Amino acid sequence: MEKKILMRGNEAVAEAAVRAGCRLYFGYPITPQNEISEYLSFRLPQVGGVFLQAESEVAAIHMVYGAAATGARVMTSSSGPGISLMQEGLSCIAAAELPCVVVNMSRGGPGVGNIQPAQSDYFQAVKGGGHGDYRLIVLAPSTVQELVDLTYRAFYLADKYRNPVEILGDGMLGQMMEPVVFREPEFPPLPPKDWAVRGKGDGPRKWIVCLDLDPKGLEELNLRLQKKYRKLEEEDVDYATFGNPEPEVLLVGFGTVGRILRSVVREGEKRGLKLALFRPITLFPFPKRALQEWARKARAVLVVEMNLGQMLEDVELAVQGEVPVFFLGHTGGVIPTVEEILEYVCRLLRKGVRV
Amino acid sequence: MKVVFERPKTLLEKPFTYCPGCHHGLAQRLIAEVIDELGIADRTIGVGPIGCSVYIYEFIDVDFVVGAHGRAPAIATGIKRALPDRVVFSYQGDGDIAAIGTAEIIHVANRGELITAFFVNNAVFGMTGGQMAPTTLVGQKTKTTPLGRKPEVHGFPFRLGECLSVAEGSAYIARVALTRPQFIRQAKECIRRAFLTQIEKKGFSLVEILSPCPTNWGMSPKEAVDWLEQHMIPYFPLGELKVKECLPHEAL
Repeated sequence: MEKKILMRGNEAVAEAAVRAGCRLYFGYPITPQNEISEYLSFRLPQVGGVFLQAESEVAAIHMVYGAAATGARVMTSSSGPGISLMQEGLSCIAAAELPCVVVNMSRGGPGVGNIQPAQSDYFQAVKGGGHGDYRLIVLAPSTVQELVDLTYRAFYLADKYRNPVEILGDGMLGQMMEPVVFREPEFPPLPPKDWAVRGKGDGPRKWIVCLDLDPKGLEELNLRLQKKYRKLEEEDVDYATFGNPEPEVLLVGFGTVGRILRSVVREGEKRGLKLALFRPITLFPFPKRALQEWARKARAVLVVEMNLGQMLEDVELAVQGEVPVFFLGHTGGVIPTVEEILEYVCRLLRKGVRV
Repeated sequence: MKVVFERPKTLLEKPFTYCPGCHHGLAQRLIAEVIDELGIADRTIGVGPIGCSVYIYEFIDVDFVVGAHGRAPAIATGIKRALPDRVVFSYQGDGDIAAIGTAEIIHVANRGELITAFFVNNAVFGMTGGQMAPTTLVGQKTKTTPLGRKPEVHGFPFRLGECLSVAEGSAYIARVALTRPQFIRQAKECIRRAFLTQIEKKGFSLVEILSPCPTNWGMSPKEAVDWLEQHMIPYFPLGELKVKECLPHEAL
């Protein structure tokens, strides 16, 4: 039997990164994700890797850019305000089509906000964040085990698509301790990194740039990126469902909210309610087709988020008005409770949601 | 017949696209010559900035990475940490290295990062059309100092080389000009010593290259050379500002 270890989320993601082959980490301290840096500061040297504390998040993400350009597996992590500072670099990494992994253990915003868990960075993660027509691949774990499993997958997807991948957690997931198993998954083989800049040796030189002064050239890059995003939608969309396959109300939530909604479904069942959870695991690409199919079975969709309705917009686009979509959200680090959500669901059903 | 002068192997056969009288072409040729002479072209990686300097990757035949405004030193750090046995250099203008990227260059120097930075100082923002740079001289007219730079309004011209030379991790800092044959010879020697400082793992190295910008200074190439010698060199004196012989970690 595989060994189960009790680990904090932040440390689990760090260990999973090392096991996934990450050998360089550049970061700048910010709560509530400092355990990632602290763990990697001793763990990476043990495997011949590099841990470097940068002078800022701006520098950290550009160190990631440099290391990624050499073909190495490289990671950084931060939280809300720090991720904002990284947007310039992320836009460049996306434009240069380099693979890297960024962990955002998000906290309350806007501004410096607070250090409580929140999901108010959804727009930033999913819609681009920095300037230009680009997207990150965004993965949203809801347990410490999933944090581990999705870290492996993040490095795989980054290499497969030559695109930055963001793991969007929150302060609660980063700080909670749960038993985890490190199962190194087998992924299909990846293409060789023949684009990497490593000194030209005897061959022709290579260059990696994030600018193209020729409008046609830049349009070509943008169209190529869009093609990549469409391929992602076809091949690497992921979501989880739980509960009644014929639900009256379909609950939709990601990450930490996803685990709260599991409890809502279970509690609801005890009270005779027919509920199901739809939890997007890839926030970009968003599992819109699957969500639409599930929504059609229900009388109503209820989106719950730790923000004021950011994923809600993607859910509404997926559902396309076929079923009424409701929203319950808290922000600033306030966490919705099972009781509160159940009460909301009961109120919806009492009102008769299809009127 | 003996060949006494030829194109450096590391300089690609593409005509320079810089404005007449600009010294980027000279500076890049010298870097290419030194790379040839040290025999390091196959293990050298250059990092380009934003500004006129960005075009270097079109002319020098080594691997290149080009990043955003001012971030070249951080990108160079990532490359060097991933590939410690490669020779890594950045090539940046004054707007890039002394304004938007000041934090990155100071910390690269202070960490003693084993990279070499080339800093082309023409006392103005070139590619954006001639606005004030941190290195713009007092009284100098630019697009954003139409009446001339006034210290009480715009602050003082920034001597980055002197600033970096007090960092414990910097090992070699020099300032050169390319306006006369003897200056060019000195410049090439400084570029060589800067690369050797990195190869011998002594610490961070930087060569500041004073360069005219006739286009944005509104001068002919000849006037620009004279202006550089008369006004820039007195404020930005030439020479080696720092030469450290030991490894950075042995200094303390």
